[in-house]
Amino acid sequence: MKLLRLKPGHGEILLAEGDVELPEQERELIEAFRRELDAGMWAAVPSESRDGRRRAELVKSFADVPRDAERVIFFPRAAGGAPRSAR
Amino acid sequence: MPLALGTAALVLVVLLWELARPRVIRALARLRESRRERRRVTAEIGFDPGRERRAEQRARELLRSCVEERDWAMYRDLGFLRVWGGLGERSQAPGASYAYLIYPHRPIVAYVPQTGALLSEYCVAFPDHSRPYGSARLPDSDDVLAKWMALQADERRLISEANMHLPGRQIDPERIRRDLVRLSAWERETGEGATDIVRAA
Repeated sequence: MKLLRLKPGHGEILLAEGDVELPEQERELIEAFRRELDAGMWAAVPSESRDGRRRAELVKSFADVPRDAERVIFFPRAAGGAPRSAR
Repeated sequence: MPLALGTAALVLVVLLWELARPRVIRALARLRESRRERRRVTAEIGFDPGRERRAEQRARELLRSCVEERDWAMYRDLGFLRVWGGLGERSQAPGASYAYLIYPHRPIVAYVPQTGALLSEYCVAFPDHSRPYGSARLPDSDDVLAKWMALQADERRLISEANMHLPGRQIDPERIRRDLVRLSAWERETGEGATDIVRAA
């Protein structure tokens, strides 16, 4: 499983990577997961259903992440805004 | 005599201060503004177009790996994504009662696919307050991916976080109508089936 974070000026960065079946690596993944959530990030798990549809699920704890998930993507939480006027 | 002179001097100082106070306040405001402007310019000087291009390239690859191939092609060819609304009938599927257009760093636009009628703009951003390279803005395709993931996963939450406005607040409605026409044409050309019936054109 990979934990990725979207980052301005960079694209995604790899925060942590490990096998959830190995306790030591799972612990590292959980710690990294908590750090991001504590920093105010949202966590999404992209997935693909049996009919081939791509979806995403927001998760609030590591326990909610499917064990077979390949990636968890962290991104800054949404904020209402009007960033700039139309060009 | 000295007491009278002292009192007069005191009154004079107070009067002068009262006269000068608005100018002093304005000068302080200008000083603060110029400091803000200096900080902004400094941040812009840190802008590196090569780095931003590489970031956008990475973001496009990630977006491509997350959305369906058809949606990726739509974004690549048209510059926006359409996501079917999930809260009405036939949710998140072709034929849904409403849909969204996702533009990078622009509001999400809700519209009725069957008529092309524009419903509203949802202004939402994903600011990274750590500002790793002096900017809180994600690369364009990461912004689209964040909106897509949030809409797919929890549409109600994202919409509740956004500021809702009538169409035309930030994006010219004519541009959106043109985009809907382009989308219909694109779907016909790619054989995906024109699911949007745009009468507004």
